[in-house]
Amino acid sequence: MSEILRANNVSMVFGGLTAVDSVNLTMNDNEILSLIGPNGAGKTTFFNMLTGVYKPTTGNIIFMGEDITDLKAYQRVEKGISRTFQNIRLFSEMTALENLLVAHPKCNQENLGKVVFGGRKLKAARREIVEECEQILEVVGLQDKSAELATNLPYGKQRLLEIGRALATNPKLVLLDEPGAGMNTIEKNELSDLIYYMTEKMNKKVLLIEHDMKFVMGISDRIVVLDHGELIADGKPEDIQTNEQVIEAYLGKGIEDDEE
Amino acid sequence: MERLSKYKNIAAVIGCILLLIAPFIITNSYYLHIMVLIGVYIILSLSLNLITGYTGQLCLGHAAFYGIGAYVGALLMLNLNVNFFIALIASAVVSGLFGLVLGIPTLRLRGDYLAIVTLGFGEIVRLVFVNWADVTRGPMGLPGIPTPSIFGFQISGRTAFYYLIFILVALTLVFMNRLTNSGFGMAMQTVKADEIAAESIGIYPVKYKLIAFVISSAMAGMAGCFYASYVSYISPTTFVYNTSVTILAMVVLGGLGSLAGSVIGAVVLTLIPEVLRFISDYRMLIFGALMVIMMIFKPEGFWGVSKRVKNIYKIKAGGGRRERDSKSK
Repeated sequence: MSEILRANNVSMVFGGLTAVDSVNLTMNDNEILSLIGPNGAGKTTFFNMLTGVYKPTTGNIIFMGEDITDLKAYQRVEKGISRTFQNIRLFSEMTALENLLVAHPKCNQENLGKVVFGGRKLKAARREIVEECEQILEVVGLQDKSAELATNLPYGKQRLLEIGRALATNPKLVLLDEPGAGMNTIEKNELSDLIYYMTEKMNKKVLLIEHDMKFVMGISDRIVVLDHGELIADGKPEDIQTNEQVIEAYLGKGIEDDEE
Repeated sequence: MERLSKYKNIAAVIGCILLLIAPFIITNSYYLHIMVLIGVYIILSLSLNLITGYTGQLCLGHAAFYGIGAYVGALLMLNLNVNFFIALIASAVVSGLFGLVLGIPTLRLRGDYLAIVTLGFGEIVRLVFVNWADVTRGPMGLPGIPTPSIFGFQISGRTAFYYLIFILVALTLVFMNRLTNSGFGMAMQTVKADEIAAESIGIYPVKYKLIAFVISSAMAGMAGCFYASYVSYISPTTFVYNTSVTILAMVVLGGLGSLAGSVIGAVVLTLIPEVLRFISDYRMLIFGALMVIMMIFKPEGFWGVSKRVKNIYKIKAGGGRRERDSKSK
């Protein structure tokens, strides 16, 4: 099993608050890795460091054997890391298809001269881009919504569209920040089908944050638990379920019985 | 849908023909003058729309670039006898350079810093025009700017200028249309909508903001050079803060992020002050009231973004019909 992502001793300090405290994490090939933890554990901060929204205070991040700590968010996309957001950040005034088009590297790297003077060649290139994006819409099951404005889609579909947009950047690794939030059981089943499809058929690596324990336990190959910015457990779903420290982090410590 | 677009094309062709023969129908030189001015303002509002409407950066000093273009063009034509068309390009380049120098430090920041900086820049440029008397003759302005000439033919008279601005506006419209209906134009709009999301899909916001700002200021400079040659006299009073705000009002009233909107905005806001000339004392009052009414009842503008063409590439590929069933495990 080769390693695709490694965080070495990564910390993030905001003023006096240590949001993430020297976390070591590795992600291997061919596994769906989940990051869980109670509210405020630093999961999203950790995600933001992986995707380049924040630069870690200390430590470094290695992706496919390359140090990407100093790269900006858009440069990491070029390296093959893409993401979704916990609070959906679609381009609400664009259609579903356009949301994918802008994410497509060939589309948003069209240069000025080509755009202004381009002829038949440009049109052929664009047809290809549209075709690829329509295929991605089918993968996320939104092929009949392509002309719909993103803002008019129901919440669950918006989540799927955001995953589609992440796929349109042609990534190697997709980071999903609470993809199942606000979805009902049926939608969650569709979501896990989609994640399996991404990993098995499209050969994408998936790292996700999720709160729904049933969902996480079902889909993950390995789970990493954060609490108060520290990594407290790392293992298979079965082990995490019975891990004392994890249960304590979620449910709190039992009160010592005074009478005894 | 297809028939609708056919009608649209026919309407566009008829409109073009009408505009082309307009000088023969409208012989009143005052009307023709207004039409040329409308042309200048169309270029100005289109260019401002690129940075404010599409890329979402508020610019309050558009008149400064307009003025720089006018002065650069006028000085080149007056002092060095440069041909109008070379001066036109030179003024676009100089204005664009000022845009670049101004944009590099300010557009790297997130937020409305560009508004503050361009506001200040507009004032500085005006003060330079007024006080650099050796070159600009200060408040007296520059008179006797020559008219353009092509291959020995002198372009003079309203009709000739009308056709010249017609061509310039047409070129600007084609350029802007291709630019905005492209991946490049879409990327600009993602920067306006949400910079963090834009970065998350591999778009570098600073690049798009900067390019939009440079193109925008270069086009304003071009309009300025045309204006200088057309009225043959320029003075600092033309390029004041008020002009910037008027252009901004055209863009906002017409519709942010809409080319048709910018054109309509420029036409309406150039005409209103002229139409209301007979009650000149109350002109600004009515103008202000119209603005307020517009903002209340149609905040999107005359022709807002909601009317834009969906699916920028106008291509329906149909997609590879992949079996949905193969998706589920």
